[in-house]
Amino acid sequence: MAVMAESAVAQVKRSSMWTRAFESRNFLGAMFMVPAIAILILFLAYPLALGFWLGMTDTKIGGAGRYIGFQNFVSLSKDSVFWLSVFNTIFYTVAASLVKFAIGLYLALLLNERLPFKSMVRAIVLLPFVVPTVLSAIAFWWIYDSQFSIISWVLIKAGLITRYIDFLGDPWNARWSVVAANIWRGVPFVAITLLAGLQTISPSLYEAANLDGATNMQRFRHITLPMLSPIIAVVMTFSVLMTFTDFQLIYTITRGGPINATHLMATLSFQRAITGGNLGEGAAISNAMIPFLVAAILLSFFGLQRSRWQQGGRD
Amino acid sequence: MSSVQIRDVRKSFGNFEVLHGVSIPIEDGQFVVLVGPSGCGKSTLLRMLAGLENITSGTISIGDRVVNNVQPKERDIAMVFQNYALYPHMTVGENMGFSLKLRNASSDEINKRVKRAAEILALSPLLERYPRQLSGGQRQRVAMGRAIVRDPQVFLFDEPLSNLDAKLRVAMRTEIKELHQRLKTTTVYVTHDQIEAMTMADKIVVMHDGIVEQMGTPLELYDKPENQFVAGFIGSPAMNFLKGHVRVNGVATFEGPNGVKLPLKSAPAASDGRPVVYGVRPEHFTIADDGADAEIVVVEPTGSETQVFAKVGGEQVVAVFRERHQFNPGDKVKLKPDPSLVHLFDDATGKRL
Repeated sequence: MAVMAESAVAQVKRSSMWTRAFESRNFLGAMFMVPAIAILILFLAYPLALGFWLGMTDTKIGGAGRYIGFQNFVSLSKDSVFWLSVFNTIFYTVAASLVKFAIGLYLALLLNERLPFKSMVRAIVLLPFVVPTVLSAIAFWWIYDSQFSIISWVLIKAGLITRYIDFLGDPWNARWSVVAANIWRGVPFVAITLLAGLQTISPSLYEAANLDGATNMQRFRHITLPMLSPIIAVVMTFSVLMTFTDFQLIYTITRGGPINATHLMATLSFQRAITGGNLGEGAAISNAMIPFLVAAILLSFFGLQRSRWQQGGRD
Repeated sequence: MSSVQIRDVRKSFGNFEVLHGVSIPIEDGQFVVLVGPSGCGKSTLLRMLAGLENITSGTISIGDRVVNNVQPKERDIAMVFQNYALYPHMTVGENMGFSLKLRNASSDEINKRVKRAAEILALSPLLERYPRQLSGGQRQRVAMGRAIVRDPQVFLFDEPLSNLDAKLRVAMRTEIKELHQRLKTTTVYVTHDQIEAMTMADKIVVMHDGIVEQMGTPLELYDKPENQFVAGFIGSPAMNFLKGHVRVNGVATFEGPNGVKLPLKSAPAASDGRPVVYGVRPEHFTIADDGADAEIVVVEPTGSETQVFAKVGGEQVVAVFRERHQFNPGDKVKLKPDPSLVHLFDDATGKRL
C-alpha cells in the first residue's frame, strides 16, 4: 500500500517536471528550434566548415590529408589555369548578367503591356526556367555542334556564311556560346521577377506623370526605374550569385574546354577535386570563390540600403 | 485659367455605354462639383477631361481649343488623384517640382515656385520629407501643391478627400475652398459626398446612370430639385417620400398610404386623383394639432438638433427639430409639413410637378 503510494507520488513528480519544462517559454522555444538548427548544421554549416578545412589540407581521394596551411592557395596563385578560370568566371558572370538584365527588363516591360494571350505568353516565357538544366544544356550542345549545328546550317542555307562555325572549338566562340546558353536559361527568372515588380507600381503614378508632362522615356526613367530599383537589386544579386557558381551548363556543354577556355572556378574545382582526386586543392578553389560572392552580396546590400524613400514614417 | 465646355459627350467601354450624352458648360474660374452615386460616370467624365480616357463622341474644349485629340500633357491641366499618386521616391519638394523639371525650367525657377506653393499650403517645413513620412492630410496637401506649382488652366480633383478621416475631411474641405477663392482657377471636383458638393461648389452637377440629372447652385438644387432623384440625393438626412394621390375637394390635399391626409399649397391643374410622390424635407415638419398622426419609433439627439424617426400611415419618415421636445419611442404625435415647402413629383417619371 505504502509502496504504491510512493511510486504514484514519484510519477506525479516526474510528469510535473516535464509539464513544467514544456510550460516554460524558453525551453519550448529551444525545442521548436532544434529541427531547424539540426538541418542547418548538418547540411550547411558542416559542409562549409569541411570545405574550409579541406582547403587547408592536402587530402586526396582515398587518403587522409594533413594540415598544410595556405599552401594550396600559394600554389594556386602561381597556377595560370586557375587565373584563367577566375577570368572566365568574371567574364561569364558580367556578360551573362548584363544581357540577362537587359533582355529580362525588356520582356517584363513588354509583358506588362496589354497583350493578347497575355497569360499564355507569360507561361511561354517561363519555359526555359522549367526545363531541367542538363536537358537544355544538351540541346545547346547540339545547337553548337561543329557538324550538325542548326545555326550554321541556317546561315549557310541563307548564304550568309560558307563554312560551319566552330562554336565550341575556338576559345572566344566557346565563351560566347556558353554565355548565350546561360542567358537563355536565366532570362525568365529576371523577366518574371521584374514583371512582378512592375505590377506593384500604381498606374496612377503613370497617369500623374503623364499629366505632369512626362514622355514615355521620361516616365521610364523617372518612375519605372527608381520604383523598380529595389527589385532590380534583389534579382540581380540572385542572378550574379547563380551565374558565378554555375556548373551544370558548362560541364554539360564544354567540360571547361577548349584548352580550359570556358573553365569556371566551379568546374575547375570539380575537375581538380573529383576527377583529379585532389580534394584539398579543389576545396581551395571553391573557397577562393567566397570573397567574390561576399563582395556581390555586400554590394547589393548597400545598394538596397540606399533607398531611403522606402523606409517608413520617422518624424 | 479657362472656361471648359463639355458638349454631348458619350463614353462606351466596348458595347456598354456609361455616359449618354453629357453637356456641362463651365465658366472661367468656376468651382464645379460633379456628384452622384458610384457608377454614375462622374470619374470617367473627369478622366476624359484630363485626357486619361478617350472620348467616344461629343467634344470637350478647354478655353477655345477642342481637346479631344490633345495629349494629357498638352492640355495644361493638373489633377489631384484619390490616392494622391505622389511619387514615393521623390521628396515633397521634388514631387511638386517634377512637372517644371520635365519642362526644363531652371532650378531657380523651380525652387521659387515650389517655395511659393509650399507657403500657401503650409508645407515649407516638409519639403525634404518623403511621402511615406507624411500623414494623410499632409499627403493631400502635397498633391494639391503639385497641382498649384504648375499654374494650370484647370484643376481636376478626383474624390480627393475620401481617404481622410471625418475631421480632417471637413478641415481640408475648407482649405480647398479657400485655395480656390485665392487662386480663382477653374476647378472640376468629383465626389460622391453631397455635403462636400453643397459646401464647396459654385455649381453642382448631379449625375446618375451616365446622365446629368440637374445642374445649378447648391441652394437651387436644395430648394427646387427637378426630380425625385436629385431631391433624394441632396440633403441629409434625405427627403421623405410618400406615395399617394392628389385630392381636390375645394382645398388641395395629398392622400397618402393608409388614408393619411397631408396639406398641399396648391394642386397642379387637372390633377384630381393623380398618382404622385409627396416629398418633404425632415426640417420642414412641425408639431401641430392639425398634423397627421405619427408614432415615434426612434429618437436620435445630436445636440444641435434631434432626429425623430416616426411612422406616418405605416411608412417611416424622419423629422428634424432644433427645439428640444421630450419624445419617447411609442409616443403619438401630430406631424405637419409646411405646405409651402412641400415638393410634388410625378409618380411615373419622377419629374417635379
